[in-house]
Amino acid sequence: MTVRVFIVDDHELFRSGVRSELRGGLEIVGDAGSVDEAIAAIRSTHPDVVLLDVHMPGGGGRAVIDAVRAELPEVKFLALSVSDAAEDVIGVIRAGARGYVTKSISPEELDLAVRRVHDGDAVFSPRLAGFVLDAFAADAPQPADPELDQLSPREREVLRYIARGYAYKEVAHELGISVKTVESHVSAVLRKLQLSSRYELSRWAADRSLV
Amino acid sequence: MTELDIPAAALDPRASRASLRRSRSDRLVAGVAAGVGQHLGIDPLVVRLAFVVLGLAAGFGVVVYLLLWLLAPAESGDALAISPPRRLPRPEARALLGAGLLVAGVLILLWTTGFWFGEGLAWPVSLAAIGFAILWARGSTEDGRGRLDLAGFGTPLEALLRARVSGRRLVVGASLIIAGMAVFLAATTSLAAAANVVLAVIVTTGGLVLLAGPWLWRLANELMEERSSRIRSQARAEMAAHLHDSVLQTLALIQRAKEPREMVSLARTQERELRAWLYGRAPSVRGVRLRDVIDAMVGRIEHHHQLNVEAVVVGDADLDDDLRALVSACNEATLNAAKHSGVSEVSVFVEIEDSQVTAFIRDQGAGFDPDAVPEDRRGIAESIVTRMQRHGGSAEIVSRQGAGTEVVLRLPRHQS
Repeated sequence: MTVRVFIVDDHELFRSGVRSELRGGLEIVGDAGSVDEAIAAIRSTHPDVVLLDVHMPGGGGRAVIDAVRAELPEVKFLALSVSDAAEDVIGVIRAGARGYVTKSISPEELDLAVRRVHDGDAVFSPRLAGFVLDAFAADAPQPADPELDQLSPREREVLRYIARGYAYKEVAHELGISVKTVESHVSAVLRKLQLSSRYELSRWAADRSLV
Repeated sequence: MTELDIPAAALDPRASRASLRRSRSDRLVAGVAAGVGQHLGIDPLVVRLAFVVLGLAAGFGVVVYLLLWLLAPAESGDALAISPPRRLPRPEARALLGAGLLVAGVLILLWTTGFWFGEGLAWPVSLAAIGFAILWARGSTEDGRGRLDLAGFGTPLEALLRARVSGRRLVVGASLIIAGMAVFLAATTSLAAAANVVLAVIVTTGGLVLLAGPWLWRLANELMEERSSRIRSQARAEMAAHLHDSVLQTLALIQRAKEPREMVSLARTQERELRAWLYGRAPSVRGVRLRDVIDAMVGRIEHHHQLNVEAVVVGDADLDDDLRALVSACNEATLNAAKHSGVSEVSVFVEIEDSQVTAFIRDQGAGFDPDAVPEDRRGIAESIVTRMQRHGGSAEIVSRQGAGTEVVLRLPRHQS
């Protein structure tokens, strides 16, 4: 089955680069360079997966998700960016993106990430794993809802491997579990990230609003 | 950025020097007049004339001149670079000449004004005065030959014992003083025995003071100067280290930033840090943070090697010596990956927890058999392992031919 992909990025060059990289099995149904343009085009093309730049004029990737998600819940979003502040990335994830990868990702990996998101799994780059470990730091005060506000030791372990640069398959091999189990751990983490209120009171707010 | 100029100027030792110093470049006797002139902003010629006039007034000017000579240190070497001194005779010869002329002047003054107390006292006083002047003359700081070399000395006591007051000067000065005392005692033996004893004690004590006093005085002075210059150079070194760790690293990062936004954020972060450091504006001045140092390290490596480093840092901590060692080992391991792995991507993951700091440096390149590394190539791995051990941590290198390499660095943290 062909996965229909839509690209949103304000850099023309990058869009055409991704277009030429994603071949075979993936169909690029369109691209957009601004938030408004993207919202209109996604409504009309109904893609399976939207590759979404985190930082764009006019509200960024988050504005696109907020506008489209309610009416088109079946559209999946994968954030794709160079290097962003943790709060921006987490913000996009909490808005509903199914993962975050950096633009240095290889075409094969990007292809795999798109399929994974399409299948309903989460895609964690090392950087996102780091952000999450930071947000769910073990030394934070007692969480309000342990179910949502804490990572299980196993989830933490999986995230650490991802942060070290291990692919899901390698994590599975290291931990002696199946790739499916790794995926389910990662999806659970994503769910906690989206539902937990922990993030708001995380130390980033204090640490990084230094201006 | 004019605000930045203020502390920079304050750190300049020359800018803050308001104290009186004897001029090295402009001098007839000891540079006192020129020094006073510079200090007060008056032409040295005027000061010299004033000294001469005061000198004619019952010798007052001479006394003042001598006191200033004793108390005012010579200009430091910094000033030398700005105004090179005229070629003058050797300092010791000059000191001797100057002292002799001064004593002669005082004697003539006393003679002409009628305060003459007879040859019996004049000679010993002259001799002692010349010897005194030779010992006290601070010419020693000018050529460095007689300078107390304190750099390598531990304690002041040690410095005292090993201080090399120019040997010749000491001998000449001391023998002149002793000669003066001898002549004095010889001339006064006709006086009553009791008075003789009292006088002898006084003279001996006076002689000792004359002998040791200058030495101790100068020693204390030199120690103080030494200390203040050491504090200055320490502050300078600290500042250089800080600028290197922060500003220079940021400038390096800015140069390789691809997006204006990234540049702006780097520049603003740096500006904030620099302000906090310079003015202590933040209530708790942030030290150098581990995260920043790792970012800088990654930036450096990516810049110099065709390598993409995926760096993830979780948590943060103030940099201390142990963490510095961890960063160095991390740097070493990443460079190894850059050079030997044959791939263009390296993952660096550093997690800072309360109890320990862990760093993983992983590549999926060629890998190697750690046991088969030739002896002469072990140095790098050794430097990682032993460095970590020296700081109470450990390093583990996992590598297999064709399956990449991962270096794991662990460092327990001391709770403070």
